[in-house]
Amino acid sequence: MPITYTSGEQVEVYRFSIPVTIGIPLLALFVQAFLPLRFPRFAVYFDLPLLVTIFFAMARRNPIAGLFTGAVIGLAQDMLGHNPIGLNGIAKTIVGYGASSLGVKLDVENAGARFLVTLGFYLIHSAVYFTVARGMVNMTQTWSWLHGMLAGLANAVLGVVLFFLLDKFKQRT
Amino acid sequence: MESVLGRYRNLIILVGVLFLQVLGLATQVKRGGSDPENTRLIRVWAVGAITPFERALVWAQNGTGNLWHNYFYLRGVRAENRQLKDQIEQMRLEQVRLSEDAAQARRLQSLVAFKEQFISRTVAAQVIGSSGSDLSRTVYIDKGENAGIKRDMAVMTADGIVGKVLVAYPSVSQVLLISDQSSGVGALLEKTRLQGVLRGTANGEVVLERVMSDEQVPVGETVLTSGGDQIFPKGLPVGTVTKVGNGKDLFLNIKVKPAANLSKLEEVLVLVEKQERQATAEENVRVRAADILAQRLPSVPDKPADVNPAAGAATVGSTTPAVAKTAAKPTGAAISATPAPKYPSGTSNVSGASGTGPAGKPTANSAASSSPAKKSVTAPAGTVPTSKPDATQTAPTSEPPKSTDPTPPSAPDNPNSQPPAAESSPQ
Repeated sequence: MPITYTSGEQVEVYRFSIPVTIGIPLLALFVQAFLPLRFPRFAVYFDLPLLVTIFFAMARRNPIAGLFTGAVIGLAQDMLGHNPIGLNGIAKTIVGYGASSLGVKLDVENAGARFLVTLGFYLIHSAVYFTVARGMVNMTQTWSWLHGMLAGLANAVLGVVLFFLLDKFKQRT
Repeated sequence: MESVLGRYRNLIILVGVLFLQVLGLATQVKRGGSDPENTRLIRVWAVGAITPFERALVWAQNGTGNLWHNYFYLRGVRAENRQLKDQIEQMRLEQVRLSEDAAQARRLQSLVAFKEQFISRTVAAQVIGSSGSDLSRTVYIDKGENAGIKRDMAVMTADGIVGKVLVAYPSVSQVLLISDQSSGVGALLEKTRLQGVLRGTANGEVVLERVMSDEQVPVGETVLTSGGDQIFPKGLPVGTVTKVGNGKDLFLNIKVKPAANLSKLEEVLVLVEKQERQATAEENVRVRAADILAQRLPSVPDKPADVNPAAGAATVGSTTPAVAKTAAKPTGAAISATPAPKYPSGTSNVSGASGTGPAGKPTANSAASSSPAKKSVTAPAGTVPTSKPDATQTAPTSEPPKSTDPTPPSAPDNPNSQPPAAESSPQ
């Protein structure tokens, strides 16, 4: 079973040093902004800030910390674009809250669980972004299940690899 | 009550944070849609945190690349250099031909008091980053307000237009690409002269809108800027039509492939200054194809100094009386001291200027006709041929040859030269 139900006492809660807490999201934003110059399709399929949000939220297992992590990373991502600030902020706030809430109840330490969780949250993120962008900002958006699934799978694969790398920075409380 | 708050504390905070963001979003939308200038102060932080790293990485990357390409990897440079020189020759000849066309266009424009826009100053900039999202097709360049860049300035490459400056920060600027769905560029089709609006789509394609569906638009036609947006000067290349289909309402859906490679931008030019001035016709044409060719061809061997000038003049006059008539005006016997063209201007100039003959190559006819004349005309050494007997050939005016050329026209050595009357007639 990739996902196992675990009681609150059984799951481990991690924390991160301040440099990691600030540096990793910044690095993710930097890579996300820089790589499309060399690999134009990168921005179409991958969302590194989202993966970092999910990772921190699941590792901390604290919904409030998770939602604030998502909000800050999302807002910073919005600031680099030209669309109104808050689109990614709202979407990642929800993802951060959801991922940390899920982390409290489920053991999501293994690769299979991480794959499914990342895929699911990518779709949730896309759906929230799409809804807010169309509903509030009146942006012309087209929803494509094919693109959503492909990008979700790509992010899930990258997430599994990335999460194992980021596990090195975890500190037990 | 307290227990309820404690129980739903997380949810309440989530709702509160979301509410604040929605409020902020609504404020931005009310203020001015997606105009990033409204939130400039906040965006400066993120840009200031990210772009220094991007700038450093691009600098390091370029440094490494330059070291490799400039010092180690020089294989084939010599051959490439030779090839480029040939290309320059061809382009110079082409330039002469085009300058003739441009001069003609300016004359016509001046007749109708046409005001034209000129690119007077550009700033080269390096692309250092992007927004990182396919929903916001923007890039960052490493020049900002400090380099004179302001909002709404046109950004282009040698291939074509790229976009416009959306926000100018002190040391970086954000450029909105033409493939973004919020961009709009006034464009026209080169041959059919149909005008439309160029827009980006959600999936990053570029389409030309507002062209009526009863118009015929061929695939492959070039799209240029129309100048109607007051950002891009008229006539800059935009791209080529790749697909034409029926769009919404009565308009066509024309897909355009941008001329500039928007997905791999490295260096761009920002148009920081453009001038609008009245079109004026140039009085004289400075360089002609024949002159360029003449400079490149081997010169006539020097004659001894004791040649009789009068004999030279007489020889010229006897072989080409029509040209001698024009040439004798300013200096009389000095014609003999005027250098003989290294290449007969009559045939080669027509070929080069009109583009009908092989560009830059002397024709067999002209080469043959130059031989007898070279024998009869005296040619002092070290002088540059300046003959312009056919200067008016490409100009569709009936004016006589102007005396703007500082040196008098030399005696042509081509016995097959046309008389002035024929030369000055419009083509």
